[in-house]
Amino acid sequence: MKDLLSYAIRRFGWMLLTVWAVYTVSFVLMRAVPGNPFSSERTVPPAIERQLRARYNLDAPPIEQYTDYLVGIVTRGDLGVSIRLEDYTVNEVLAEGFPVSASLAILALVFALTLGVTAGVVSAVYRGSIGDVALMATAVLGIAIPNFVLASLAILLFVFLIPIFPAAGWGTLRQVALPALCLGAPVAAYVARLTRAGMLEVLGREHVRTAFAKGLPKSTVILKHVLPGALLPVVSYLGPATASVLTGSLVLEKIFALPGIGSHFIYAATQRDYTLAMGMVLTYTVLLFVMNSLVDLSYAVIDPRVKLQ
Amino acid sequence: MSDSPPPSRPVAGPDEAALARILQESREIRGVSLWQDAWRRLRRNRAAMASLVFLITLMLAAIFTPLLPLQSPIDKDLNNRRFLPPNAESVVMGSRPGLKFEDGRLTAQLAKYQAEIAEQRAEILAISDPVERAEQLAAFDTRSSVEHPFNQLWNQLGPVAFTMCRIRVAIFGDWAVPSLFGTDKLGRDLLSRVFWGSRVSLVVGIVATIVSLIIGVSYGAIAGYLGGTVDAIMMRFVDMLYSIPFIFVVIFLVTFLGEDSVKKILDDYGIEQITIFYIIIGAIYWLTMSRVVRGQVLSLRHEQFVEAARTVGASPARIIFRHVVPNTLGVVIVYLTLTIPSVMLFEAFLSFLGLGVAPPDVSLGLLLNDGVEALSIVELFWWVVVFPGAALALTLFALNFLGDGLRDALDPKMKNRS
Repeated sequence: MKDLLSYAIRRFGWMLLTVWAVYTVSFVLMRAVPGNPFSSERTVPPAIERQLRARYNLDAPPIEQYTDYLVGIVTRGDLGVSIRLEDYTVNEVLAEGFPVSASLAILALVFALTLGVTAGVVSAVYRGSIGDVALMATAVLGIAIPNFVLASLAILLFVFLIPIFPAAGWGTLRQVALPALCLGAPVAAYVARLTRAGMLEVLGREHVRTAFAKGLPKSTVILKHVLPGALLPVVSYLGPATASVLTGSLVLEKIFALPGIGSHFIYAATQRDYTLAMGMVLTYTVLLFVMNSLVDLSYAVIDPRVKLQ
Repeated sequence: MSDSPPPSRPVAGPDEAALARILQESREIRGVSLWQDAWRRLRRNRAAMASLVFLITLMLAAIFTPLLPLQSPIDKDLNNRRFLPPNAESVVMGSRPGLKFEDGRLTAQLAKYQAEIAEQRAEILAISDPVERAEQLAAFDTRSSVEHPFNQLWNQLGPVAFTMCRIRVAIFGDWAVPSLFGTDKLGRDLLSRVFWGSRVSLVVGIVATIVSLIIGVSYGAIAGYLGGTVDAIMMRFVDMLYSIPFIFVVIFLVTFLGEDSVKKILDDYGIEQITIFYIIIGAIYWLTMSRVVRGQVLSLRHEQFVEAARTVGASPARIIFRHVVPNTLGVVIVYLTLTIPSVMLFEAFLSFLGLGVAPPDVSLGLLLNDGVEALSIVELFWWVVVFPGAALALTLFALNFLGDGLRDALDPKMKNRS
């Protein structure tokens, strides 16, 4: 328990350091662009532009802006005002989009894990059968086809040709299912391969042979003795999987027109909305860091040999 | 070392004969190096070999794309050729009326152009004042190279690609492969676009991977070899970088680099945006490579050959790069074949979002983006997404299979086994 606490504290320290580094780099880049957010707009009378600059704290020296913004984030959690979206603060955009993106990502991960692990177990148990070959071929296909292509094909197939799912929109489970499926597909494929490799390795171990020799039913051996050991690589893949789901959500939200933060991020990037983009980068950094730490923790819980450092 | 004993000296006693025989035998025994062994095992892996052959073919096709008798990848024909399904109707280069080529043929236009150029050039050369002549000649050369008919059919050819295009015209003339893959929404030939796009995608994949290779291997090798506190700090840094969602940082950076003023500064230094693009992608894919190399180096650094090198006074840098790094090559190659596909996928992803390779350059990601946009239920233009998608998927497929095969082949545990 003490281990856990000190680990958590250390990780938190590292997270602060990382976020700070990301913040600094983004800030420097943002300010390195000549001009300011108002210089490219329709020409505003100089007096008004001065006021605008004062309102957004753009007239302060860079160092002061840097610290002010940082202090704002740390003390009030205030990420500033979006430059391009009228009447929106970055926090509001995040608050609106986050639930959408989070549920999409979680659903995709759940789907990927269930499907991937099941496929991996089946193909390892029936190694060499037609089913195994077919599943693994599908898995390679899932890795090799970019998910945006998959998504557009899926839309064509399941929305237009065989209308099972609605084309876009957000709210009901049916609307979420198709994007989540497409988002989870590459992860599922990878998980299936990892599970299969892990299963095959554990299946060859002595304790499994003993379990079979004792006359335990096949399902018990597989589920109780093989699967836990085989899942270790899958658990350690969860960190990268989260990253890939977050990345994939950028395009999928664009394709399915979902109001998540991913689509805002693309918008922010293409429209040069620096405060919004920076807010997003910071949010994603925190998310990924928390997820990685959780993965490390769960790894230590599952495998007692792993020591937290 | 000659293979047979020198004939000039006759074999004397029986001892010497025995010795000669033993020597002869020992010469015939060939040691199996790691690489030969790996190659032997790789050759048995049919999927990996097929992938290797496919990749080599692809690589050659990508390098020599300008030589192939393909249609123009950028020439648009909005009137007659929009969304043509795959067909085998023959096509003449430069036949689109809008191009206003002589006779509607590229070769005829080229001949006309060259004749005009030669004529005008002769006129300028006739100017007596040498200073003015040189000036006019320079101005004329730049102007004429802009007006070259190739520039209407191909986009910004480099000197090598330009020469290849000339050879292509010399060999194949106006003949071009029909639109076997159909045409896209602007009437451009999809087959040639897939070829030119693969070229760009492959270059991005390979260059970015090489960048990541250089950074990752040096970083990992240095951390692993020095060990101790240096290693701990360097690896903590890598851990920290692992937690940064790089995709977002890259998008941020690409946006920043796309800013007009920044672009101008870069242009002043003669740096193209795409070069930066390679470097950025490469700079984020080195993390895993450095970890893997470090692990290898940690196990290698107490080996005798390293001790020996240190004993004779080799510097740490020399030991790392001459003695240790070559021994990590196996793992590095495996990771290389697995990094290229992820880099290519990332390029496709960025291009799809409109943040990567910019038109009129083509890449597979851009083609897919076009294809996805053209997908609709009203009319099924399946070819615009299927062919680029298949090209990308096949390449990634092959790279994955080859990577897996190499991993098995180079695994020391498998040595001298089936």
